[in-house]
Amino acid sequence: MAHVLRQPALLATPILFPLILLAINASGLSAATALPGFPATSYLDFALAIPFMQGALFATLNGGQDLARDIQSGFLDRLALTPMTGGALLAGQLGGALFMGVVSAVLYLVVGILFGVGIASGVGGALVLLVLAITISFAFACFGTFVGLRAGSGEAVQGFFPLFFVLLFLSSAFFPRDLIEHDWFRTVATYNPVSYMVEGLRSLVISGWDGQALAQAFGISAIAIVCFLSLSVRALRTRLVRT
Amino acid sequence: MSKPARTRSVALVIAWRGIHNVFTNPALVLPSVLSPLFFFVAFAGGLSGVQNVPQFDFPTGYSAFQFAFVTLQAAAFGGVFTGFSIASDYELGFARRLMLAAPNRGGIVIGYVIVALVRAIFVLSVVFIVALISGMNVDGSLSNMLSLLALALAVSATATLWSAGIALRLRTIQAGPIMQMPVFILLFLAPVYVPLPLVAGWVHDVATINPLTALLEAARGSLAGDPTKVATTTVCLAGMFALSVIWARGGMRSAERAG
Repeated sequence: MAHVLRQPALLATPILFPLILLAINASGLSAATALPGFPATSYLDFALAIPFMQGALFATLNGGQDLARDIQSGFLDRLALTPMTGGALLAGQLGGALFMGVVSAVLYLVVGILFGVGIASGVGGALVLLVLAITISFAFACFGTFVGLRAGSGEAVQGFFPLFFVLLFLSSAFFPRDLIEHDWFRTVATYNPVSYMVEGLRSLVISGWDGQALAQAFGISAIAIVCFLSLSVRALRTRLVRT
Repeated sequence: MSKPARTRSVALVIAWRGIHNVFTNPALVLPSVLSPLFFFVAFAGGLSGVQNVPQFDFPTGYSAFQFAFVTLQAAAFGGVFTGFSIASDYELGFARRLMLAAPNRGGIVIGYVIVALVRAIFVLSVVFIVALISGMNVDGSLSNMLSLLALALAVSATATLWSAGIALRLRTIQAGPIMQMPVFILLFLAPVYVPLPLVAGWVHDVATINPLTALLEAARGSLAGDPTKVATTTVCLAGMFALSVIWARGGMRSAERAG
């Protein structure tokens, strides 16, 4: 957390970049709302879920890259000589990523509301939206931490970043699944877990309380957290044995 | 040896080295190819429903509509990636030795521009083949396609000179985002997803004066076999190219002063 606060540039990219893209896409694709069956009257409402996901992707980088740098610089080796436990190290690392997730999620929501986004599920829905966004962010941070620990290289973590962007673009983030014309793309989007995370976030904004969408989004995020956190713990144990 | 001959010999040596580096290092060539392919697949595949919006008028099809954007994006980013190479050469100290050895330093920048052009031709060929295989319709003639290629190469050269100007001034790979972000934002502030009349809000106002809008519409016109905004595009390209030459020359002077 201190590392992020000491370098405001680390905050600027994950926060500003998704907002710039949101502003551009909201205008560039606003015509899509004229399509029969489009689920929102404003593309900004529809697209508000995207910056939350992009913020989560940046959490992947934050989660993994700092850890990889510590491994590369030998800092982890020196930490291994202290009484500090692996769990504390992981908790500290993920705490920083979680902090970033909270800051960016609150900011996206506030900016969205300032620019006229209406939250169909009300104040309670806005709070659940924040919780879901932070949960998703945490899931991606766990993955980043796992890659950072396993590979021990910042470049490897960076290398996974475009892959997640591919997952975001090949999901229903930018267009509703039932309006996607190409069958193969709709199939990929249907099997892509990112689609369900986006749809969970989006449902709170455009359609109110949708139990199924929320259960899927929270469920997938929880599974990802359990899987990647367990893998991270194992990878850290292996890493500390090696040192 | 005359000045043009010295410039040519330096440019060709730099070009050969750069081309060799790019095509023997998958980490350099793959992102250049995968990035435009990914944009093409994501936009042409996922957003094609947008073509059903009333007043969306591009009979050649949404794949060709997006291919025009991907062409410009690939060309521009090829130039930016070449800027990364220049910055990296400075960071490693290679470029400083190069500047001591080269009888004409202008040839160094020309060499990097040649690298970017070769890279753009390779990437665009791959993306074009993939687009055709995936069913993209092309209504333009061979001369229209050559115009599109010329447009892409001019964009690539301009983007290389822009990035070179930054790389030569800052001489560190950390300057990468400064090279990349303005190009990225300028590209996305053109009518990427729908024709200009369908773009709403402030992006419409910006896109109307964004020179890349004319370039994008000209590229789409070439694919549709209906040359569009040729004069505006030529003027915009000439202006951007001239400015980027001045920018790169200033960068070279800055690098020379730094020693």
